[in-house]
Amino acid sequence: MTDTPQAYSAAAEIGQIRERRTWIQIAKIELKKAPYSAWFGLIVIAIYLFVAIFAPLLAPHGEAEIFPASFAPWGGDFVFGTDQIGRDIFSRLIYGARNTIGIALATTLLSFAIGGSLGLIAAISGGWLDQLLSRFVDVLMAIPGLIFALMLLTIFGSSILSLIMIIAVLDSTRVFRLTRSVSVSVVVMDYVEAAKLRGEKLGWIMRREILPNIMPPLIAEFGLRFSFVFLTIAALSFLGLGIQPPTADWGSMVRDNASMIQFAKYDLTAALTPMIPAGAIALLTVAVNFVVDWFLHITSGLNDEH
Amino acid sequence: MSTKHGKKGDILLEMKDIRIDGFSDERWHKIIKGIDLTLHRGEVMGLIGESGAGKSTLGLASMGFTKPGCKITFGSVVFDGKDLVTASEDEKRSLWGTRIAYVAQSAAASFNPAHRLLNQTVEASLNQNLQSRDLAEADARNLYKQLQLPDPENIGDRYPHQVSGGQLQRMMTAMAMSPRPDLIIFDEPTTALDVTTQVEVLVAMRAIVEKFNTAALYITHDLAVVAQMADIIKVLRYGKEVEEADTRKMLKSPKEEYTKSLWSVRALEKAEAPSDDIILSINNVDAAYNGSLKVLHDVNIRIPRGRTVAVVGESGSGKSTTARVITGLLPPMVGNVEFNGKTLPAELKDRTKDQLQRIQMIYQSADTAMNPRQTIAEIIGRPLEFYHGLSGMQKQDRVLELLKMIELDESFYDRFPSELSGGQKQRVCIARALAADPEIIICDEVTSALDQIVQEGILKLLLNLQKDYNITYLFITHDIAVVNAISDEIVVMYQGAVIEQGLKSEIMSPPHPEYTQLLLNSVPEMDPDWLTKLVKFR
Repeated sequence: MTDTPQAYSAAAEIGQIRERRTWIQIAKIELKKAPYSAWFGLIVIAIYLFVAIFAPLLAPHGEAEIFPASFAPWGGDFVFGTDQIGRDIFSRLIYGARNTIGIALATTLLSFAIGGSLGLIAAISGGWLDQLLSRFVDVLMAIPGLIFALMLLTIFGSSILSLIMIIAVLDSTRVFRLTRSVSVSVVVMDYVEAAKLRGEKLGWIMRREILPNIMPPLIAEFGLRFSFVFLTIAALSFLGLGIQPPTADWGSMVRDNASMIQFAKYDLTAALTPMIPAGAIALLTVAVNFVVDWFLHITSGLNDEH
Repeated sequence: MSTKHGKKGDILLEMKDIRIDGFSDERWHKIIKGIDLTLHRGEVMGLIGESGAGKSTLGLASMGFTKPGCKITFGSVVFDGKDLVTASEDEKRSLWGTRIAYVAQSAAASFNPAHRLLNQTVEASLNQNLQSRDLAEADARNLYKQLQLPDPENIGDRYPHQVSGGQLQRMMTAMAMSPRPDLIIFDEPTTALDVTTQVEVLVAMRAIVEKFNTAALYITHDLAVVAQMADIIKVLRYGKEVEEADTRKMLKSPKEEYTKSLWSVRALEKAEAPSDDIILSINNVDAAYNGSLKVLHDVNIRIPRGRTVAVVGESGSGKSTTARVITGLLPPMVGNVEFNGKTLPAELKDRTKDQLQRIQMIYQSADTAMNPRQTIAEIIGRPLEFYHGLSGMQKQDRVLELLKMIELDESFYDRFPSELSGGQKQRVCIARALAADPEIIICDEVTSALDQIVQEGILKLLLNLQKDYNITYLFITHDIAVVNAISDEIVVMYQGAVIEQGLKSEIMSPPHPEYTQLLLNSVPEMDPDWLTKLVKFR
């Protein structure tokens, strides 16, 4: 036993010192071990983001530019043909990425801001405030979401702003529940009590003591909620109450071109046209889910197959 | 008496040069670095050492089992002629629970809450078709009786939550004993229990192990306990064996320096100093949870400045509740708390920053008392910033100064709590309390989760700090050795009421009130005959 001193010293007690790693190094290590599904998801998301950001440079034609040829076939000047009033479908797909993803992202962020902060407040204060908020959320969740959204959109009119607000509020109920339930187990920790005893304000306890400890499930939920918001917007657009023309959006593109399916026996590509925006929606949803799965797996600390 | 598979004195378990690795932080670490162990039938071996020494890992390895993330890399574990390292899962499973049994530290977590105790007790016997259900159940009731469980005929019909912690621990011993195993592994079975309960469990376990001539591995960090239970003691440190000897020989003349240092820990004793300068007094306090469950009855405690008042009593006696009343987390129904001659507001939110700063608290479990996402610098730095408005270099210097005061160096500055040992964590919690410049610190069982040697370090540190800064401690504990080491005055609490308060020498010397007597009697001593004498005495 030459490697360890016999005399007692507090600093020499064995603690498990982790190597100092920046988050970039951690990301590299985790990416190296990432499964194919996660890689697939990451690449798809990266492509979508690239397309969304550089839409004006990538699109061959304008977003709402109308050409004399309506229902033009695939190929030639129009890669995926044109729609019922002669707009280039390929260009609209590219602009659609920007609109649909952008609006979904803004909505998800807003719903997290609302649901997250209220959930934290409910968990910390407990008592009647917690009861009030939780029961109100129960009431909101008891009403079927899509129908409620449709009703509210008819009342407030379907502008992009009201679309974002309404979906964010309706979706924040689920964020509220998640935040509240994960916070409740952190709130009982001694370090939160220590902060209260120190005299810290509610905001500080929320931001510094609790939030960092509940981030992993919240980030994972962010990915999932984004997928659902994205699907809700697409669904509303398909029903005609979402993003309004001439703004390009995948949901309304499916609706506008849905009738082309019946021409499958004459021209297969024409029938495929409404499938493309639908496929774009599906692909992104799947990709986000893959990445979220992988992220949850890492952060839950499950160390399998050793 | 011979067991069904062999006679006393035969070798039952032989571990040769066993090595175990554990996986963490992307690497394999050596946990056990080559240990030999030989256990004969009917023999009880005590495995002792501080946390991280590999006691539990070795205990589990003797069943041929490793926790997930660990693997046996070398060596053999021969149990009754069969090597468990190379044995198949099925072969091992047929031994586990029937010929090798395991009694875990937390009995509450080891029972299925949805099944009656009797069914769980006989489960292993029935699964292996050792005996019929009627016979097994009759035998279980007999075991309950021998373990001195109340109402042995019917207690098995209860569910785990319907019996106390000490009863549940004995119930688990009955469960382990039911198929009459050749070997039982006790993994810190009494650590979570009160001293008064611990004695009952120890007596019962020792009697039953002796009666059925079962071999046992008894894992603990409490030397006094192991002295009562074991025939031989093996001391482990850093995954290696330090020494092994007969219990009596080991207690009388330990060979290695490390063992000697373990033995000397309990000798720490503070000379009491009376004082009449009262800094904080609790006056006629009644307190209740949810306005109905009354837990404190007319509590009066006076704490002199610059001294240590130890509050002793078993769990549920109202020790921690008293602390919550002082800190303002639980406003009293009746009575008040006076601090420096002035009455403190009952509610936390009505207290001034100055009042909060002067009363600090250190918790039992340093693990949950520090935010795992903050570095040590942030944890210690926050009170400096909050109470004293320090920032930048000033704050950094003061944090380093505080680290030095708690005998840690600057390499700890940007570590996270998970990178510290238990003792180091508790030191950081002390530094956080010190950072506020308090007049009184409430210590709630701050050493009870720590190893003896680490405990001694923390107690010495607290004493030094008291000497240097004239800090007052209210020290909540159930450990009489700790009380001896640190206190000037003692408050004995029982069922929410103060039994007596006085100077240490007064409380410790007879005559005692009945409860104090029981409490003092229950503290294990380093004498291997202590338990035997106690049983006779009763």
